[in-house]
Amino acid sequence: MSKNTEIRLSGEGGQGLILAGVILASAALLEGKNAAQSQYYGPESRGGISKSEVVISDGEIIYPEVADPDLVLVLSDVATAPYTKDIRRDDTLVLFDSDTVKKFPDLKHGRVYKLPFTMTAHDKLGKPFIANIIALGTIVGLTDVVSKESIEKAVLARVPRGTEELNKTALLEGFELATTIKK
Amino acid sequence: MEKKALLISGNESCVEGALYAGIQFFAGYPITPSSEIPEGLSRKLPKYGGVMIQMEDEIAAMAAVIGASLTGKKSMTATSGPGFSLKQENLGFASFNEIPCVVVDVMRGGPSTGAPTGPSQGDVMQARWGTHGDHPIVALAPNSIPEIFTETVRAFNISEKYRVPVILLLDEIIAHMRERMVFPEKGELEVIERTGPTVPPDQYKPFDVSNSPLPLVPPMAAYGTGYRFHVTGLNHRIDGFPTNNGEIIEKELHRIMEKIDLYKKDMFRTEAYMLDDAEVGIVAYGSSARAAKYAVNELRKQGIKAGMLRYVTIWPFEENAVEKLAQKVKFIVVPELNMGQLIFEVERAAKGRTKVHGVNRVNIEIIHPHDIMEKVKELSHGI
Repeated sequence: MSKNTEIRLSGEGGQGLILAGVILASAALLEGKNAAQSQYYGPESRGGISKSEVVISDGEIIYPEVADPDLVLVLSDVATAPYTKDIRRDDTLVLFDSDTVKKFPDLKHGRVYKLPFTMTAHDKLGKPFIANIIALGTIVGLTDVVSKESIEKAVLARVPRGTEELNKTALLEGFELATTIKK
Repeated sequence: MEKKALLISGNESCVEGALYAGIQFFAGYPITPSSEIPEGLSRKLPKYGGVMIQMEDEIAAMAAVIGASLTGKKSMTATSGPGFSLKQENLGFASFNEIPCVVVDVMRGGPSTGAPTGPSQGDVMQARWGTHGDHPIVALAPNSIPEIFTETVRAFNISEKYRVPVILLLDEIIAHMRERMVFPEKGELEVIERTGPTVPPDQYKPFDVSNSPLPLVPPMAAYGTGYRFHVTGLNHRIDGFPTNNGEIIEKELHRIMEKIDLYKKDMFRTEAYMLDDAEVGIVAYGSSARAAKYAVNELRKQGIKAGMLRYVTIWPFEENAVEKLAQKVKFIVVPELNMGQLIFEVERAAKGRTKVHGVNRVNIEIIHPHDIMEKVKELSHGI
């Protein structure tokens, strides 16, 4: 059985986490891989806890949610406690947004990084809401779960017309952030 | 040429499955987590020459589905817990009058309004006994996006062929989840049409099975084609009119129940996974079965010979499968996203041959493979 790559994107409603998950899963399909994307969100349209999970595999995906995370993205304090508690391996990547997350937990496992997704979105692109695409770029840059070409193709297929250049730049910023921590 | 794989949700897969099966009418009232089904059909069904109506509530939607089906159209509605409760009275009418229809229930946290966006498998018993009185019903519970497609088609087929309402029991997880899907070509899956009357209008009786091509299944005429017949929620004679004759009442009730018994083998669908040498049995359905299958693989890596029996058709319940399993395993575990519902059927079918234990969650989180693995390990120590 081939090893799955299990990625969890967490934060709050309005941060574009579900869209980011759908894009990542679509990119995997473009490469002929299997993918399952699931989500949790509350009844609120903004502000409530939200997560999107993506499992990518070359083979069959038996359990469609994250059973043993390879990467956890946290964009909001509300998501920290529920979505980092099942990290059991020391090589699990845990990416916190250095601005929107205020309290950083003391995790027993995982390699923790604090990255300026929202600050980059705000300062360099003038659009704080595009932090999700920057984070996607970083995730692809760190894990190589899909190629940079595939993620770009998948992003462009799902974003509103007229925002293509902005999204491409956001991805590049994300790739760049990945190089700052990649060994 | 290789067919294109799409990333679609379970609800979208249900829409495509219904269109493949030849749905001609949909009536519904939107409710989370089923709303993508009416949304999708409102866009697509008119292009296929069908009709989609949003009714004033779930009761009216179920009534509209019954009316449309009586005119010969393949009909469906979709809802979730609270709406499923509202549909029950008319569902009983459809069941008693043998009116084909598909009712999709995307289970969410309950009781009452419960947790609209939270997953659940809390409607298993409601699907069987939600409407009053002894009545025939069929319920199917797929566990993946491709299987939602094929089970939607099968729901229509069973419903049309045997004149029985079929409940498609989805849960929030598989309804909202997206997976890889390659649609079957036309002709790849069987699509069944209902059997029309074999006699002229003046001789037609809606519940007469004396000349049925399929024993116990009365041929069904369509309103608007010259055939006139009476349907009522009262106990009725084979000509459709009410009766107080106990003998006729009993005979007709027995017939509609025996009809399911006669054809249940055609309705049953189960999956056996690693059962041949299994010492621990896991009986599961819907999204919980995906956690169960994962747990089976992990447990085997740790030296515990587990296997899974998955029910795709929940009602009628295939007792023999559990009975056989109970004879060879040390114990059975039943993971469910409720406080224990199908476990009663499993216990009944196991007939005390082995112990049956539940793994349950009602905290609006999916059943995790570790929940099942821990339970199995804990029980294995005691043996």
